[in-house]
Amino acid sequence: MTLNTQPNIPDPDGFYDTLLAAHDGLTKGQSDALNARLILVLANHIGDRGILSEALEAARQT
Amino acid sequence: MVGATYALAHELYPYTAVPDQSAQAPVHHPVVIIGGGPIGVATGLDLAQKGSPALILDDHEGVGQGSRAICFAKRTLEIADRLGAGPDMVEKGVVWNVGRVFHGDGEVFNFNLLPEDGHKNPAFINLQQPYFEKFLMDALRRAEAAGKPIEIRGRNVVTGIEQDEDRVTLQIDTPDGPYSVTADYVIACDGARSPTRDLMGLSFEGRVFEDNFLIADVKMTADFPTERWFWFEPPLAEAPQSALLHKQPDDVWRIDFQLGWDIDRKAELEEGRIRQRIDEFLPNGTEYELVWTSIYTFQCRRMERFRHGRVIFAGDSAHQVSPFGARGANSGMQDADNLAWKLDLVLKGHAPDGLLDSYNEERAFAADENILNSTRATDFLTPKSEMSKIFRNAVLTLAKDQAFARPMVNSGRLSVPCTYDGHSLNGEDRLGGPERTRPGSPCPDADLGNGFLLDQLTGRFTLLAIGTEARDHPGLAGIRVHSVSLPNPSDTLRDRYLGAAPHALYLIRPDQHIVARWRDATAEQITQALKTATAQT
Repeated sequence: MTLNTQPNIPDPDGFYDTLLAAHDGLTKGQSDALNARLILVLANHIGDRGILSEALEAARQT
Repeated sequence: MVGATYALAHELYPYTAVPDQSAQAPVHHPVVIIGGGPIGVATGLDLAQKGSPALILDDHEGVGQGSRAICFAKRTLEIADRLGAGPDMVEKGVVWNVGRVFHGDGEVFNFNLLPEDGHKNPAFINLQQPYFEKFLMDALRRAEAAGKPIEIRGRNVVTGIEQDEDRVTLQIDTPDGPYSVTADYVIACDGARSPTRDLMGLSFEGRVFEDNFLIADVKMTADFPTERWFWFEPPLAEAPQSALLHKQPDDVWRIDFQLGWDIDRKAELEEGRIRQRIDEFLPNGTEYELVWTSIYTFQCRRMERFRHGRVIFAGDSAHQVSPFGARGANSGMQDADNLAWKLDLVLKGHAPDGLLDSYNEERAFAADENILNSTRATDFLTPKSEMSKIFRNAVLTLAKDQAFARPMVNSGRLSVPCTYDGHSLNGEDRLGGPERTRPGSPCPDADLGNGFLLDQLTGRFTLLAIGTEARDHPGLAGIRVHSVSLPNPSDTLRDRYLGAAPHALYLIRPDQHIVARWRDATAEQITQALKTATAQT
């Protein structure tokens, strides 16, 4: 398997809205902590070290 | 005064003058070991038990005070067992299996090491280092009394070292003045600040961790369970970044506070200051006695090469790690285990000098593994950037409710022995057996019903037949092969050494690492594996 960089989330606007809403009312510190927890939760779900490395690379390249 | 820079817990080898000191010419010894700490004594004892004479020189007259290393792993106990010191250690030591991890004022999770059945020795014991050293010295004295060629000289300080192609010459200072000896090989087991390394001008590159840790060993009769308790960001007023509570024998508890980098070392070591910290940490009104206190920093580093001609480095003199994971003394004992049989064969002319290069190859590989593990633990314990701390705390927060985050919590990955995968002494794997007993692995112990497997592997090359009878093998140019047959394997032996195979032959090194394994092997195949394992190819 390789990293899917094509659109994959149904209702992208709805997801984006949900993502931002999760940070509502949080301080910068609380938001940073939430993001870190979210990355760990998602990374564990993906599990595949190859895909995780590709994802890190994709994020770093921008 | 010569030597004597620290106080002794046990005076074990007081200085006495020896004939070498008044000899006309330097007396020659096959092996001189510099340093009478645990690694030097273990190496000397192993050599002597194999019949190779060893002379140990120590700059003190016994074992230094202070608990220091307290956590000894199963592999270390197995090595000590082979050397005759294991049972004393296990009897005195505290066995523990449960660890708890706290963050702030709440418990994040706990774990049980769940030691596997069928091993003679426990996964870990806690034991103050002076006891560990004393039990090794007791074994050394027993070997000496039984006529084994071992000698230890106290207050003999090595002040000069030179080598040529044929020998090493040592200058030694004593209370009666200097003398000199020569040796075929010298093993430097003289610790993290190795004077031998300095005398030879050898550099020691590595990573310094900018943190200070306060150790306070306290004696108290407390009813804490025998568990390892570790706090990240403990809820204390002048908060250390982490804290550890761990039980030792004699009602002594190790308390370890991570203080940070920028501290007033002298002020932090004042008894009043230490008591202030401990009073806040322990339940109200707990009475205790301070047994030993110390502040340490640490580095993760190793020498580029552990062998320099006829001088070989072992233990902390060759490599250092952070204490998290108990990989210091435990890895040094594996150095001793790895080196002694090789040096013994070389000294007896049964193997080429090149066999000693495999010591460097295998133990530098092991040191890298230990340094990697301990560096990762240290990075988790002492986050180096704002973001690394955010991730560290995210892991701790998640670990409370989410099982997936618990394996990421790293307060030290506890020492396990190294498997020498892909190294030059490994022979063939023609069994299709279990992964854990592939060539290069240390033999896992197994309950045989009437004893344990490792008790059968007594420091010689062994041909182990499982589910079949071993035939005799003639050995190889002075190297004898001892045969052990276990025709009716127990379940644990089958599980660890056969897997789906009906029977197997294993060739095992004197240090209980596996050379090669087969379903069945010809005498020529076994001879070839022996050649490979002794660098004769």
